Amino acid sequence: MKKPLFILLASLILTPLLSGCPTTPTQSDTGLTGEELDAMGGGYDSATTAGVDAYSRSPLEDPSSPLYQRVIYFGYDTSAIDPKYANLLRAHADYLARTADASVVLEGHTDERGTREYNLALGDRRADAVRQFLVTEGVPAQKIRTLSYGEERPAEVGHSERAYSLSRRVELVY
Amino acid sequence: MMRLLSLVLLLFATSGIAQARLTIEITGGVEGAQPIAVVPFGRLDGAQPGADLASIIAADLARTGRFKPMPPRDMLMTPHRAEEIDFREWELLATNNLVIGEIRPAASGGYRIDYSLFDVFGGKQLLSSSLQSNEQSLRLSAHRMADAIYEKLTGDPGVFSTRIAYVTSVGRGTPNERVTLRVADADGFNPQTIVDSPDPIMSPAWSPDGRKLAYVSFEHRQSAIYIQELATGRRTKIASYPGINGSPAFSPDGARLAMTLSKDGNAEIYVMDLGSRQLTRLTDHYAIDTEPAWSPDGGTLYFTSDRGGHPQIYRIPANGGAAERVSFEGDYNAAAEVAPNSRALVLVTRTAGRFHIALDQLGSTTRRLLSPGPLDESPSFAPNGSMVIYASQNNGRGVLAVTPIAGGSGQRLTQDVGEVREPAWSPFLR
Repeated sequence: MKKPLFILLASLILTPLLSGCPTTPTQSDTGLTGEELDAMGGGYDSATTAGVDAYSRSPLEDPSSPLYQRVIYFGYDTSAIDPKYANLLRAHADYLARTADASVVLEGHTDERGTREYNLALGDRRADAVRQFLVTEGVPAQKIRTLSYGEERPAEVGHSERAYSLSRRVELVY
Repeated sequence: MMRLLSLVLLLFATSGIAQARLTIEITGGVEGAQPIAVVPFGRLDGAQPGADLASIIAADLARTGRFKPMPPRDMLMTPHRAEEIDFREWELLATNNLVIGEIRPAASGGYRIDYSLFDVFGGKQLLSSSLQSNEQSLRLSAHRMADAIYEKLTGDPGVFSTRIAYVTSVGRGTPNERVTLRVADADGFNPQTIVDSPDPIMSPAWSPDGRKLAYVSFEHRQSAIYIQELATGRRTKIASYPGINGSPAFSPDGARLAMTLSKDGNAEIYVMDLGSRQLTRLTDHYAIDTEPAWSPDGGTLYFTSDRGGHPQIYRIPANGGAAERVSFEGDYNAAAEVAPNSRALVLVTRTAGRFHIALDQLGSTTRRLLSPGPLDESPSFAPNGSMVIYASQNNGRGVLAVTPIAGGSGQRLTQDVGEVREPAWSPFLR
């Protein structure tokens, strides 16, 4: 899972040097084409010498990047994706489609209400809804794996509405 | 009246691991419980058994709520043989039934136990038997005697010598969570760890011979169904397809395993022939289909589906065919299990936002709520059909509860640390 980060870092650092175009670190990865990213693969070794500062510029680690947010939440007993997450998921789709070695596990979760195996299926359905969104947005299906935990891994333990709404989620795990 | 009797029990894991301790309390009133006296057994020829057989039998009978054993200190006499009994004494103590017995070293090693059950007011012997035992199986021997006594007095086979599988969690919601699948005697003693993991374990299911458990594990961030032999610990990965690998359920003949897989798009019911490992898909619907449960004759699978918009119980022929809806009351019915006599389903139902265990008579619209809620789930029948064990919450903590189908007092099983959930009652163990 580390390799795509390094490639991306390599891209961010090396692109201006190699192509001479005015890419700055503040630009998102959408400033790079998939071909450019692929071409940067050769810069992998030199990227490792770029050090910790460069590492922190991964959009996955950058709090100002939409990719920093990797959890979306759901309503009770539904797997419908709230439209407010569309842009967030498009940013992830874009990153996955353009980053050669990037892949993601979509972990589906539910709150504790209802039976455990039904919730396992509900978490699966949520993860699958996100998978379908990403595929529609151009992510190759083989880059995505889904895994439902049902209610077994609550984001917050407890019987409150707050715990429930935090637990009904899909996590994008790179 | 709902009096909480903190009767009975004790009990420490043989391993001495603190978190392995289960405690059983009797909940609810015991009015109408039959008085019975289980006299401390005689010890002959220097026998020094490490367990008090009479107290184990008495505790078994008391836990059902149908019997009220006399404390040994109230007994005026302690006969060990039929000819020593003075029935008038026991009549004065108003006890209906009397159990006596003796234990002695057996010529072949171990012990020989003789015991008898009497009707005090009729002055007659109802049962007399003997069994071989040894130091390690004394508790099991006591449970088997309690089974026979219970059956003689109630007409139903006892389930004291059965076991219960359950999942425990310590440190839930923390990075250090440990999830453990255990099996313990029906009275909570002798907890045995089957598998221990930092990742979730779900849905334990007994093989019909009581020698294996199927379960779902999430080791290495993959869900998979395993079958594990209890005696050897040897386990086999049965299913690890992309998506869900869940809801394992052995067919009554043990030859097939029903399960839920989503490898073909969404949650569907499959049956695997365990000999050939060949899968047969039973359902084909864009809705969720899960939680398969076999009818005792193996001909039908009951399952949960939200194809009608909400989770309801359906059934389908085990060899394939059309699904038929069987639950109609309420908008959330799930996790059905068929009664051993095939006449009823126990399931989880939601009423006014609370999840209860309910008993639905098949072929009628009669429903009875068996549990108070609000977060009750995972019901499992005792193999004699007289009780249901299920997961519940007590003071915000996961506990197990046992309720008799006929009503009356129940039991609560708690672990001193962490949570207990997903109970599965074993079949009869011979």
